[in-house]
Amino acid sequence: MKRTGFVYDDRYLLHDTGPYHPEVCDRLMAIKKGLESAGLMSHLKLIRAALPDMKWIEMVHPESYVRRFEEVCLAGNRMFDYADNQMCVDTFEVAQLAVGGVLEAVRMVMTEEIDNAFCAVRPPGHHAERIEAMGFCYFNNVAIAARYLQKKWRIQRIGIVDFDVHHGNGTQHIFESEREVFYYSIHQHPSFSFPGTGREFEEGSEVGKGFTKNSPVLPGQGDEAYRQLIQRDLAPAFASFQPQVILVSTGFDAHEDDEMSDINLSTAGFAWIMDQLMQMADQYAAGRIVSVLEGGYCLARLPELAADHVRILLGLQQG
Amino acid sequence: MFVDKSMTRKVITIGPGASIFEAQELMNQHGVRHLPVVDAQHALIGVITDRDIRSVLPYNLFKDPGSPAERAKLANLKIEDVMSRDPMTVKPTHTIQDVLLLFQEKKVGAFPVVDEQGRLTGIISVRDLLRAFTNVLGIGQPGTLLGVLIEDKIGQMKKIVDAITEENISFGSVLVARYWEPDKRAVFPYLLTSNVSRVKKKLKALGFTPIDPMQWYLDQLPKNE
Repeated sequence: MKRTGFVYDDRYLLHDTGPYHPEVCDRLMAIKKGLESAGLMSHLKLIRAALPDMKWIEMVHPESYVRRFEEVCLAGNRMFDYADNQMCVDTFEVAQLAVGGVLEAVRMVMTEEIDNAFCAVRPPGHHAERIEAMGFCYFNNVAIAARYLQKKWRIQRIGIVDFDVHHGNGTQHIFESEREVFYYSIHQHPSFSFPGTGREFEEGSEVGKGFTKNSPVLPGQGDEAYRQLIQRDLAPAFASFQPQVILVSTGFDAHEDDEMSDINLSTAGFAWIMDQLMQMADQYAAGRIVSVLEGGYCLARLPELAADHVRILLGLQQG
Repeated sequence: MFVDKSMTRKVITIGPGASIFEAQELMNQHGVRHLPVVDAQHALIGVITDRDIRSVLPYNLFKDPGSPAERAKLANLKIEDVMSRDPMTVKPTHTIQDVLLLFQEKKVGAFPVVDEQGRLTGIISVRDLLRAFTNVLGIGQPGTLLGVLIEDKIGQMKKIVDAITEENISFGSVLVARYWEPDKRAVFPYLLTSNVSRVKKKLKALGFTPIDPMQWYLDQLPKNE
């Protein structure tokens, strides 16, 4: 069995998005309950969040953005940049704690205290641009983790896989002109889904050309399309890129019962994807894989999806 | 909506006495396919396109520079021998709808824009119109497209707009397309949010039929025509 870290903190529940918003604290409670009732908690190394050193956040988001976020938040505003980004007075701190939790998991993987980790954090991160909050995201957790791996741990090749049903515009834009970070995303086709980026022809720019890859999936498609696209697009890309660490933007919103998309992935389909990523991590990255929660809004399905996800990280289940 | 707001003002032009190789080089250099031909007074006398040039170049010279003798012979070929004379033009005060319809009718890729005195003031191409329509679609901003089937009667759109506005969602654009069933319209609101599941349910409860995304279209579908 692998040593798997589980980042969770009750303070993640404090980020309050108000009524009628899908990105709610119940999501994390459902995930935690799923792991508890599957008897998995005792196998996991629980990691609590701590406030991170701001210098890591500022490697992605300039200080002016961080201060603007802080001011808008502490002044009691309920919204930041777009109406999608509903928040409360605690949001700024919780967003920092989300980053802190992910960085701690990465640190423990690098010091070999754990083999891999699942970070059940809120708010999510992959839509957050350098200087703009978007799609429920404020700080780009995964992008900050990648910078931390580069600067603190001197990792030269980082592979990011984003299987949230929406394209991770923020993550792509942050790394698109670099060749040290490969960003792969599979998501509902942008003509049918937020935010409208992640088209097949977006492949990075300048020296980063060829180090971004997008696999758009048409509405109504599911397990079979994901199987084909991951084998066709991701597998050969990582075989040649040889990532030394894999970061995963884990979104469960492509599930057939999730109302946020028209994609019909089954619970087994998610397990298959994660199993593929584990095999890639073992093959290229000495097993180093850190999964970070993004979307996923079907409260009835999150428990089983999270339990499978963690079982695969632990090596207790194959896809 | 007027041509002079959407046209390209910095027009790359060529004189009637220039060689076709000069035209070819200008086109490659600036990434354009149409060169208005003007006289010394900057009055428009013709248009030369990449297709005009291709049609007079021997096949082997299209990519390959060819032998000096062959080139020298072709270099004698002047723009005025190859260009279209009296090309169809538009005025700066034409609207982009005028031009859209003209593009369809005349099957050309660009119109020189000429003022009352016959002087060239710009050029408007299919590409300029595409840019305008990309802007109108609103797809440069993050959002989600919906597709709803409505009855073609007064007041339907208000209900849709009200339902979306009540959810505090901004519009990027709204497109309306003909549907293959008579008395029906397909409406495509582009909403500047990722959070559409509630508004989708609400529209359904109001009696509107969501259109399967795989059946979305903007063009006139062939069902009835």
